[in-house]
Amino acid sequence: MNAATVSQLHDTRFVELSRVNKAFATKKGVFLAVQDVNLSIKKGEFVSIIGHSGCGKSTVLNLIAGLLDASSGTLICNGREIAGPGPERSVVFQNHSLLPWLTCFGNIYLAVEQVFGKKEGKERLKQRTHAALELVGLAHAADKRPNEVSGGMKQRVGIARALAMEPKVLLMDEPFGALDALTRAHLQDELIRIVGETGSTVVMVTHDVDEAVLLSDRIVMMTNGPAATVGEILDVPIPRPRKRLELADDPDYVAARKAVLDFLYQRHARPAAAA
Amino acid sequence: MMKPIIETQVMRAVEAVPAAMLREARLARVREWIMAVVPPVLGLLVFAAIWQAVSLQNKAIPGPLPVWDAAVALFSKPFYVNGPNDQGIGWNILSSLQRVGLGFGLAALIGIPAGFIIGRFKFIAAMLAPIISLLRPVSPLAWLPIGLLVFKSANPASIWVIFISSIWPIILNTAAGVSQVPQDYLNVARVLNLSESKIITKVLFPAVLPHLLTGIRLSIGVAWLVIVAAEMLTGGVGIGFWVWDEWNNLNVAHIIIAIFVVGIVGLLLEQALIKLASFFDYQ
Repeated sequence: MNAATVSQLHDTRFVELSRVNKAFATKKGVFLAVQDVNLSIKKGEFVSIIGHSGCGKSTVLNLIAGLLDASSGTLICNGREIAGPGPERSVVFQNHSLLPWLTCFGNIYLAVEQVFGKKEGKERLKQRTHAALELVGLAHAADKRPNEVSGGMKQRVGIARALAMEPKVLLMDEPFGALDALTRAHLQDELIRIVGETGSTVVMVTHDVDEAVLLSDRIVMMTNGPAATVGEILDVPIPRPRKRLELADDPDYVAARKAVLDFLYQRHARPAAAA
Repeated sequence: MMKPIIETQVMRAVEAVPAAMLREARLARVREWIMAVVPPVLGLLVFAAIWQAVSLQNKAIPGPLPVWDAAVALFSKPFYVNGPNDQGIGWNILSSLQRVGLGFGLAALIGIPAGFIIGRFKFIAAMLAPIISLLRPVSPLAWLPIGLLVFKSANPASIWVIFISSIWPIILNTAAGVSQVPQDYLNVARVLNLSESKIITKVLFPAVLPHLLTGIRLSIGVAWLVIVAAEMLTGGVGIGFWVWDEWNNLNVAHIIIAIFVVGIVGLLLEQALIKLASFFDYQ
């Protein structure tokens, strides 16, 4: 294999999970959360993982992040085995997880300094931080503490922090789950714009069908746990840039939405006991 | 002819609304101020009246006015020195504060790192749990003989008592703070690959600080409670010793003054620490 085909291989299988199992030891014995998960993600692709709560979708994301170790199987990112968390796979947490004693600027700067601090001077690091705030439209809130801004703004700072690290993969764990519907729609539109500008590879966990169809190139649908696995993968062939209002009647959008709903509520309806 | 009149009426109405609102707002502020000042003052007056009534019944207890006169006389010369056992009230307060400061300082010096270690390592927490739960309920003065035995002198013995009684709130609150640091913050630290020293300075310490300050506040409160009793037993210069001395002189007015002094100093310490803690409250 020559260098070009190797790098092509890396690009088409930028993130690769093969035969991944994850079991947790609990008081009642071993709990197999996810079983035999296989997934390849292309460079620059936006992939959503969707499923009912408790289906292990967050477990899969945490495995890619390296916050959890797989019980068996291999996880590869950019040609390297994933061993522990690192800034090349930055995470946007569901509850933003900003440090409340640092300003919005300080939260992003901490990340920027950690990633680029060895190679770049202070001025450049500050520039990067300001650029990240600018990207999410929060230049004016740089000196505010997280508790002084709204929930939507906190989540935007979380996104800015993750993007400022220039990650190889951006991992998002139900990033808009805690927000009201209007703020959520607004941030989804922003995310479409930002990902369009940066060309990031994104893996997002969600339980919102519309969000998954609107944002993703592919939707990974998980079966119900325990021992959840990838049930089906749906391509979303809607061209970009996508506009929320124009999509409502788009046949591809409607078909994709129906396919996901059909998977979640017909073939893999949530077990009654858990509902 | 009608039109201008209507216009001026409208204008007056428009001007009248903000004026009325301003008056309303001013009234609300005055009401708030009255509510903040009147009840505490009234409470103190009732307290003084009861005190006066008690002093009229029992001639041994001086009323508020003689005590006030004695206090004015006492505080007009707070820093005189007539030999080792007769010094001004100021010196007594300062020596007590110095002992509390030393004992508490040592407790913080050992208690804060100990709390971090206990909060961070479950094994050590489990190891120390029986010792801490055994020693914590012991009355502070029970430690005094041990101190006298080891240090063979009264002053270090009372500092030792302050140390041993004020270390527990610091250890326990610090440990609770460390073990309650949200997993989210630690996950952020892991994703950013922060070094251990950065985790401590940028994540753990600021997250624990509010708990730590609560521990400090409780432990200074305990220390100030204990110092009076310890000094009564050990003697020397200090507010506790002074109380005992005035009891031997049967100077009841001075004993009452001492009670107020101890209360006021304790209150000031507490308020200062609350103020300090409010700078580190991120919620």
